[in-house]
This record gives sequence, C-alpha cells and structure tokens, in this order.
Amino acid sequence: MAISPGYTRAQTSNDHGAFTCSACHATYPAAQVAGTLYVCPGCSHHARIGAHERIRQLVDKGSFQEWDESLAGTDRLGFFDTRAYTERLDEARARQQLPDALLTGAGTIEGHPAGVAAFDFGFLGGSLSTAVGERLARAIEHSAEQQIPFVCVTSSGGARMQEGVFSLMQMAKSVSALHQLAEAHLPFISILVDPTMGGSIASFAALGDVILAEPKAMIGFTGARVITQATYEQLPAGFQTSEFHHARGLIDRVVDRRELKEVLGQLLAVLAAPNRETDRILA
Amino acid sequence: MSPVDPRAQVEADDTAAAWAHVEVSRHPDRPYALDLIQRCLDDFIELHGDRQGGDDAAMVIGLARLGGQRLAVVANQKGRTLEERGRRNFGMAHPEGYRKAQRLFTLAGRLQLPVISFIDTPGAYPGVAAEERGQAWAIAQTLEAQLALPTPYLAVVIGEGGSGGALATLLADSVMVLEHAFLSVASPEAAAAILFRDSGQKQHAAAALRLEASNLLDWGIADEIVPEPEGGAHTDWDATAAILRPRLEARLLQLTQRGFDPARRRARYRQLDGLFEA
Repeated sequence: MAISPGYTRAQTSNDHGAFTCSACHATYPAAQVAGTLYVCPGCSHHARIGAHERIRQLVDKGSFQEWDESLAGTDRLGFFDTRAYTERLDEARARQQLPDALLTGAGTIEGHPAGVAAFDFGFLGGSLSTAVGERLARAIEHSAEQQIPFVCVTSSGGARMQEGVFSLMQMAKSVSALHQLAEAHLPFISILVDPTMGGSIASFAALGDVILAEPKAMIGFTGARVITQATYEQLPAGFQTSEFHHARGLIDRVVDRRELKEVLGQLLAVLAAPNRETDRILA
Repeated sequence: MSPVDPRAQVEADDTAAAWAHVEVSRHPDRPYALDLIQRCLDDFIELHGDRQGGDDAAMVIGLARLGGQRLAVVANQKGRTLEERGRRNFGMAHPEGYRKAQRLFTLAGRLQLPVISFIDTPGAYPGVAAEERGQAWAIAQTLEAQLALPTPYLAVVIGEGGSGGALATLLADSVMVLEHAFLSVASPEAAAAILFRDSGQKQHAAAALRLEASNLLDWGIADEIVPEPEGGAHTDWDATAAILRPRLEARLLQLTQRGFDPARRRARYRQLDGLFEA
C-alpha cells in the first residue's frame, strides 16, 4: 500500500526517491530509509513522520479501525492573519489527507488491543484545534468504553492560534476526558516525539501513566527562541530534549523509534495482563 | 501604529478597541489580586509554600471568609513596586507556583472549603529554570487537580488571563470576568510573533483573537461579566471591590446550594465549545 510518509517539506530533499537527513545531510535511497522507519541509517536522527505513517509503524498490519474519521472543525473566529484560516485548513487537509491534525482508531500493537492516537505535525504544526481536541477526547472515551489502554503519539506545536480561546480550552477538554480512563483503571501511554510544546505538553501529553519519548525530541512549555528573547538567559546544553527531561524525572524512557513498537508491546503485555488476586480483591 | 494588512477583515476600529481593552487590563494602577482580596474577603490569612521545596510569590494562596462562608483562595499576584514586580515575576508562576495551587486544591478538598481563584497573569514564566523543573508537567497536573476538586469552585479573571498559565486556576464551576479583563490563548505579543512573525502586530493579533471579555460570555466560557467603575478598575479600587463582593457572594451561594459534584465540572469542560454533537 502506498502511504506517503508525510514528513514535512523541509525534510524531503528531492522528488527522485532519495532521502537527505536534515541532521547529517547524508543521502540514502528512500526505500532504505522507509525500512529504518525514517531514522537516518547514518546518524540515527529521527525524521518527522506523519500520522498515517506512525500508525503504519506501530499498529499491527490490517488491525487499524479508524474512529471519527470525518470529524472536522470550523473557523469559529473568522480568523485572518496574513491569510484566511479557512484557506490554510483546506490546504492542509488536501496535503496531509486528514480532516485535522490528529488520526485516531483502535488496533492491536504486538497483538494487544489499544486505542491509538497520532498527531500529524505536517498539518498546521500538529496544533491543538477544537477538532483535534474533540477527536482526542472521543478516542480516550472510546478506549474507556471498550476497556482498552490508550496510546497517544504527540507531535504538536501547542494550541492553534487561529482558534483563539477555543483552542486553549482543548487543554481542559482533553484532561477532562482522561479522567474517564482513570476511573476505568485503564492505562494511558503518552509518547512524545519531536516537537511537543506549549498547550499539548501542558495538558494531556504530560499526564501519561507511562511517558516515553523518541531520542532528541524537543519538548517543553515555552520554546527556546521565546525564552531567549524574554529573559536573555543562556540555554544549557541539550535544553528541552527528551534526554534532558528524562534526566530530571519527567519522562520514563527514551526509546529509539526502531524499538518503539516492541517496547509498547512489552508495556501493554504487563499493563493489560489480568492479575487475578488484586482484581478479585479490588473489584 | 504599525500598518494593518489591507486584506485583513478586521476593521481598524475593532483593532483599536481590542487594544484599548488590553491596555486597561494591564494598567499600572489596576487593582491586583491582593488589593481585591483585602477589599472583598474577610479575615484573609496567607499561606506559603508548595510543601515540595518552594514558595512562588507569583502565586498567592490562603484562607478567608466571605459573609458566613469560609473558603480557600488562590491568586496570581503581580508586583506594584520595582522590587515587588521582580519578586513576583510580573505574576508569571514557576512550577512551584502551580504546585502551590495544587496544594491549595488538596487542602480545600480535605477541609471541604469552597475555592475562589483570582486570575491575573500574562502566562507561565518563560525561563530556563521553569522548564528544567517541569513547567508543562506542573500546569498539566494543576488542570487535573482542578477537575478533581470535590468542593464548589469559582474563578474570577481580574486582569490578564494568558494561556495555559491562566488555565491552571480557571477551570471552575463558574467563571466571572471583569469588564476590562481578558482571556487569551497567548498574549497578544506572543500571538503576533507566531502569526505575523512580528510582535509589533500585537494590536492586530488582539483584534483577530477577539479577546474582549464580552465574547467569553457569548461563547459560554464565562458565566458573568462584572462591570467596572467608569474608565476601568484602576480609577477606583474600593468601588470595584464593592461591585465584585456581592457578586462573589451570590455566585458562591448558588454553587453551594445547587448541590455539588465534580463530574459536572468535568462535563462542562468536556463539552465547552459546543461545536460537536455529544
């Protein structure tokens, strides 16, 4: 099946089937890089991938059943910056083959059923819109109803400015929905990939029962550029990388993309396994 | 004034009005949280610290009474003097501030105290140390704490309500907004930097974001707009408090009397935008 990897334009070097790593600038045949899950075979840089490719990598072949596939938002504010927001939306929908920046559904991971959500950074920076917030909340609720764990792969610049305060309120919506998962005693595995910033990491993405991150992903509330402009502070080495947060106890494990599915399978095997004694006592 | 993009659908009048609104909310003589707490609440006793190693002066917590009702209070606090502005980081909290708020929510739950929050912050503090100590995690956990609070909860936006930092003490059962206060996804300067790559376009961003208080009522995010004295709250603190106090009392009584269930608060924020059928 021909699915576009959906990486952002900056990382697609040319149209001739070659892939140039944006970190080390080495060029490899596209087929080879697809085989390494868009991790550079030379320097292990993890290129950004789209939501469809993420699902293809993580969910067992043929098991994915999409949820709420037609759920799309509207331009509530009539927003116009340098272009009309509606134009930006139409363009992103056509390019990314998604109604908004999130793809959700049910599937199995290494044989374990789970609700899965994947952000698409190529769709307006994976920003949190009302439609993204709603689809995320529904995916959490579908998982709770179906009594399956929930896995979310986040790659998001934060709240979508063009939807103003409605976008801000999606932080509250997502956290509210997560309460249902907690009430059902079901795990939420949050996977942070490059980049996860602002309102997304300051709401649902930071609330995983287990938090994993891909190597060297940029993760934080305020972006480095804004911090420098606001405070003139020197940024420490490796500031806001996955490894930086892991060292400070904020992320459980940094996992190479090529091992991510296997690690998820191990986690789900433990978390979803029946534990007869405590289940009986706590029931 | 920077030129407005001629293609923009936002009229110059709207831009000027939106910016005037922001300027009143930031007026240097505007009453800050403690000014209003002292005038609206009785017997306020400030508490200190997050019990995890820090005490952020940008976030104030305490106990008070309002009429016959005892309650817990959490507030963003800006500084008035040069020294105090620095000490309180212009009302921008570090993780310790958000954890201090969480401590207050925990305390209120245990002692069955209703909570009133006063919101007046440009946003969470944008600094290296804040990020190192888990700013995003602290805010996320505070959102969660608000949605689990088992007592009545009232929020009042009294000045600036900037981004996730404001949301950390906003997710109440009832939200009141002062006439010249605002709530926004980002400060107008930050939004302009993102949208126009030019923070000088802040007026245009303010208009495009439609951040005037009255819109929040139309959109169902706020339940009540509290009028300010002619010209704005900065013209008369006592008069502002005299308008606010009975409204706080009435709202709190209403929340307490209707019977309380945190699931209703969670449902409010789950369904808030009303764009999708349940």
